[in-house]
Amino acid sequence: MSDVLNLTLKIWRQANSEDRGGFQTYQLSGISTHMSFLEMLDVLNEQLIANGEEPVHFDHDCREGICGTCSLMINGQAHGPDRETTTCQLHMRRFNDGDTIVIEPWRARAFPVIRDLVVDRSAFDRIVSAGGYVSVNTGNAPDANSLPVPQQDQEKAMDAAACIGCGACVAACKNASAMLFVSAKVSQFAVLPQGKPERDRRVLRMVAQMDEENFGSCTNTYECEAACPAAISVSNIARLNREYLRASLTSDA
Amino acid sequence: MAQVMASTLDSKIPDGPINEKWDNRKNELKLVSPNNKRKYEVIVVGTGLAGASAAASLGELGYKVKAFCFQDSPRRAHSIAAQGGINAAKNYPNDGDSVWRLFYDTVKGGDFRAREANVYRLAQTSNQIIDQCVAQGVPFAREYGGLLANRTFGGAQVSRTFYARGQTGQQLLLGAYSALMRQVDKGNVKVFPRREMLDLVVADGMARGIITRNLVTGELETFTANAVVLCTGGYGNAFYLSTNAKGCNVTAAWRCYRRGAYFANPCFTQIHPTCIPVSGDYQSKLTLMSESLRNDGRVWVPKQADDSRPPHEIPDEERDYYLERRYPSFGNMVPRDVASRAAKERCDSGFGVGDTGQSVYLDFRDAIARDGIDVIRAKYGNLFHMYEKITAENPYDVPMRIYPAVHYTMGGTWVDYNLQSTIPGLFVLGEANFSDHGANRLGASALMQGLADGYFVIPYTIGDHLASTKFDAVNEDHPACASARNDAANRISEIMAVEGQRSVDSIHRELGQILWNYCGMSRSAEGLTEAIDSIKKLREEFWTNVRVMGTGEGLNQNLEHAGRVADFLEFGELMVRDALNRNESCGGHFREEYQTAENEALRDDENFCYAAAWEFKGVDEEPVLHKEELTFDYVPLTTRSYK
Repeated sequence: MSDVLNLTLKIWRQANSEDRGGFQTYQLSGISTHMSFLEMLDVLNEQLIANGEEPVHFDHDCREGICGTCSLMINGQAHGPDRETTTCQLHMRRFNDGDTIVIEPWRARAFPVIRDLVVDRSAFDRIVSAGGYVSVNTGNAPDANSLPVPQQDQEKAMDAAACIGCGACVAACKNASAMLFVSAKVSQFAVLPQGKPERDRRVLRMVAQMDEENFGSCTNTYECEAACPAAISVSNIARLNREYLRASLTSDA
Repeated sequence: MAQVMASTLDSKIPDGPINEKWDNRKNELKLVSPNNKRKYEVIVVGTGLAGASAAASLGELGYKVKAFCFQDSPRRAHSIAAQGGINAAKNYPNDGDSVWRLFYDTVKGGDFRAREANVYRLAQTSNQIIDQCVAQGVPFAREYGGLLANRTFGGAQVSRTFYARGQTGQQLLLGAYSALMRQVDKGNVKVFPRREMLDLVVADGMARGIITRNLVTGELETFTANAVVLCTGGYGNAFYLSTNAKGCNVTAAWRCYRRGAYFANPCFTQIHPTCIPVSGDYQSKLTLMSESLRNDGRVWVPKQADDSRPPHEIPDEERDYYLERRYPSFGNMVPRDVASRAAKERCDSGFGVGDTGQSVYLDFRDAIARDGIDVIRAKYGNLFHMYEKITAENPYDVPMRIYPAVHYTMGGTWVDYNLQSTIPGLFVLGEANFSDHGANRLGASALMQGLADGYFVIPYTIGDHLASTKFDAVNEDHPACASARNDAANRISEIMAVEGQRSVDSIHRELGQILWNYCGMSRSAEGLTEAIDSIKKLREEFWTNVRVMGTGEGLNQNLEHAGRVADFLEFGELMVRDALNRNESCGGHFREEYQTAENEALRDDENFCYAAAWEFKGVDEEPVLHKEELTFDYVPLTTRSYK
């Protein structure tokens, strides 16, 4: 296998949210297979600037797979071909010399494009503010070990809490549903004793906000789980549905 | 030689024995009554651990808070990437820990360049942080009995670190972010994402607002308040390559410096020993491998220089476990500055491994044989996964290769005990201030400090400022706002007007090279003097030859980067000047001229037992040095030893 790649990139360019947008094709040569995908885009941008063209805008920050900022559809797959891997952790050794790579932004009505590959995911923040928390003011907490939590519950909570909020689940879903994201936050608190007092109100309000943000419905195709870089399981969606049903039937909230 | 002023700095350390100081201060601080709190507006810049916890806690108290971040969501601040854990003096393992020991370890770990009183308060509040986070539903690791688990970190001989797999920062930040979003729901906090602070508004000598650029529309906006709380993290990205997120920058802190806030100890930077080595000149950032790995991984290089055999073919007797050899009592768990310098020493002497010879092994062979692969996977699975993603090598089979990289900055805006800067009404929290870690930070202490400042210090101290100050009305038409807005607009126009040939990124990389070579792990008067010159030339190059595409309107990431690099080019010079002024070696600051016969750091307490706080006098003028003398009444000044 060659250590250096020559690539054709088809990248979505859109000047602003009003612009219609379209694909532009770029040729890139001499890409080392050790580069990360975003470093490959850095090289492209340096080339564009040298030619007096506007660089491609894309969201990124930590470049170590945890902040959830990077967000690219790569050849039709959210975060590209590797399982449990964000775009920033995808490396060029996954591609072959001569490949054509198609790069698009997340596509969802709830995530409008701001420019090129950058989208607005503030809908997720509004969903969290509708109940993704335990209501405990600073200074009110009892000693941490006064509340034992069974290790298996803690592990389940951690599995759900690992969500990085990137939105790949929405982008991968044919309905642009946010159920995996919402279910991860609901699940984290549903399995912990700290979350019990607000259990009903939380799930009802978060789901209502999700609907208000124009996310689609879940039809159980599991694309979200396949795309999720943090390995959030669809079993959380089942738990969300149970929590929602329970709260709807029993809650007077 | 730097101009030195007689100290005008009042650190406002409370009276009384060290264990009573914080209580004494809390008893003296003026209060704002519950019904009056809603009349005060507070701006919080940055939404990492310090910023999110401060904004949430101030919102809970009833203040009207505006929180700003450059990221698209407050949840993405770089605290999220902290891996290993958070320290607290709970002594749950019953292994002899106490508030005193955490205090002692932190002062010693900081090589006696932190402020004792601040460190003691940090140790005191550490336990409340754990309580608060658990109450929020942060899923810390637990034992089978359901109680919290602990592990060990560098520079300590007790297990006091709480953790959530290798994602402790993420879980703590999401806890603080959740608390913040709850206050948004209640209407006490308004969050402004995708905003970059470009200037501080100082009216009648007080911090009264900020100028931001709306990164989506490009518009310059003015926000006024009764106080400004800066929680904008560190300046590690001055080096270009660091473990920081790409967006981390010094701009907000630097703008405050230019408005009169002193900047302290900028040369105290932490080079973290366990990072994935540089692989090529396209490299955009470096990735940390948590210090917790040193609990089970053993660091070694071949005994024979330039040994090209693969690691598994090198028998034990031909391996140099140099940390265990040099520091038998702490072994692989020596503090970061010591471990980093030892790695550099081995590589510089020709014993380094890998293609570049610039890395050492971190080997899990013995731990896997002892505990089994499943135990190791459960502890470090996500880190091993990340390592394999980046290097295409499987650390379960072959040792990791690691090398030191810029990670954290102990220096920052000078603050008094109340976390107030030299500009009244400007408070600085977390990594952005300078006070708690001295010349070297111990592992798992950054999360502790960010949350201590935000949850448990600022809610008390800001009230005193608000209650004891008479505020004149300041709105966005105030001359101070108009002039700050004008300055910010002019700077953008000037950058756009250069229309030169060089990309922002190439200039940033060059600055990083200068700082890494001359102001990195090893520094000398000669090199530092040369670096000042090189940085000035590079700054000149920027302002005459940078090329920024697009316009000031709308989203323009190229312009954002340019503004940050312009400030790094000014800041870098201050960092080098500070390193040149400090004629001693301490913690992360290692001057080649000042070392012991065994190549350990040689401190000079006679002449340098002070925090160096610099006052801005103009971009091409020399800054003025103000010294805050540090006294050590409780932890006697001794030579640090981990042998």
